Amino acid sequence: MDNNLKTDNAVSVHNVYKNYGDVQALEDLSLDFPRGELTSLLGPSGCGKTTLLKIIAGLIPANGGEVLVNNAPVDGPGPDRAFVFQDFALMPWDTVLRNVAFGLELRNVPKSEREAIAEKYITDVGLGGFELKYPHQLSGGMRQRVGLARALSVDSDVLLMDEPFSAVDEQTRRKFQEDLLGLVKNENKTFIFVTHSIEEAVYVSDQIALLLPRPSRVSEIIRPTGFRHKDVGSIRRDPEYLDIVDNIWASLRSYVE
Amino acid sequence: MKIFNIQLPMMSSLLLWGLLWEIVGQLELTFFVPPLTAIFATLIEISTTKAFIKALTETAQAFFLGTTYAIVFGIPIGIIMGKNKLIDELLLPLVNVFLSAPLTALVPVLMILFGFGLKSIVITTVLFAIWIIILNARAGVKQINPSLIEMARSFGASPKDAFFKIYIWAALPEILSGVRIGFIRAVKGVIIGQLLISIVGFGALFELYTQQFLMSHFWAVLIVLFAMAFSISEFLGVLERKVSYYASNR
Repeated sequence: MDNNLKTDNAVSVHNVYKNYGDVQALEDLSLDFPRGELTSLLGPSGCGKTTLLKIIAGLIPANGGEVLVNNAPVDGPGPDRAFVFQDFALMPWDTVLRNVAFGLELRNVPKSEREAIAEKYITDVGLGGFELKYPHQLSGGMRQRVGLARALSVDSDVLLMDEPFSAVDEQTRRKFQEDLLGLVKNENKTFIFVTHSIEEAVYVSDQIALLLPRPSRVSEIIRPTGFRHKDVGSIRRDPEYLDIVDNIWASLRSYVE
Repeated sequence: MKIFNIQLPMMSSLLLWGLLWEIVGQLELTFFVPPLTAIFATLIEISTTKAFIKALTETAQAFFLGTTYAIVFGIPIGIIMGKNKLIDELLLPLVNVFLSAPLTALVPVLMILFGFGLKSIVITTVLFAIWIIILNARAGVKQINPSLIEMARSFGASPKDAFFKIYIWAALPEILSGVRIGFIRAVKGVIIGQLLISIVGFGALFELYTQQFLMSHFWAVLIVLFAMAFSISEFLGVLERKVSYYASNR
């Protein structure tokens, strides 16, 4: 039983190639994303982590190989995946409520029903009372909460997050990271999380895929286990946390100009 | 405008110029400038005549048809140009040429092709208005944040959804300012068309009044046209300001 659980992957990437003209962005990349866990794609800039995420999302096609989501091959965006964008990608002409309900609107969910669902998630992400505000009236952190509520409200199995916290300030970012750990624990979804922050990846991940550039391949898979169930406040002082951060930096430093 | 710290209502400077006009008119310096009051009196007098109402309906009809076509074709063409590189490269030189071309020179050709009636005037109006509408819609689409498009796609938007729920709205501030400038140009188009064809609408009236040196009649009609063009432009300006809250926050 335990063994079965371990081999259950929500997303599998098999031998994926991607090139932009002459530039080989991804070469023969294979990676599994266990169900219900958070996997980080970590690497220096230009290592193709966002490219990989967008291939999984079905937003850009791969040149070779295949991506399986719930064992079905990906050939475009689908309701089993929801995307959280680095720059939030909110519609500035619409309220928080319609922005959050937009994914459901595109799925033709009736208005009253989708607004009820949206309101629930707006409250869940801590934006209760802001339903009728417009994005430009919110801070960066609140905007990303809107983006998160939108992705949660379509209730997909897989949440794809492209450097979601990189455009918010440091304190908000820490709060987000703590909240994310709660989401992973409670939402029973699979999270794929792109980041360039080593500390962030180690802090939030069940599994870290270290990508090295030119062309990109998975150089190492790290599974922090010791502190995963500890209190969110004490993770950053855990010796295992600190060791992993150091080791990752040791692997990456030669790739940073 | 502010005088002695008192905020005067918008366009109150027009009153000053109107007063100046009245003085020049009353002094009878030139037959070309009758007093403003006389012009308004003439305006009230002719505004109920058959000829004036006929001219007004003909002009309004041509203007309405011309701008409708310019919008209905201009906005989608502009959006498609902004989305599709190949179509953009194909059409952009053409649009730019027509935007800056002296279209007035084309009107006689249009008259030969489409006759001396409404059709030629509508086509002239479209030709005056459409290019700036296309270019602005195109510019609006070009500046759309690519991740907004990706967002729509990732949540399963069909091309139709993306067009009506993202592209139109994201490009709306630019589209509206294109429509506003297009409408101003359309007024020119209608009048130039009517003047050159000169047997319909205000063109016919202008022709009649100037030939008979009826200057207050001439000015009365001109003021009507100025007022119409100005109101249309102001109305669209109001619409533009309504979307400006997000124009700078995209």
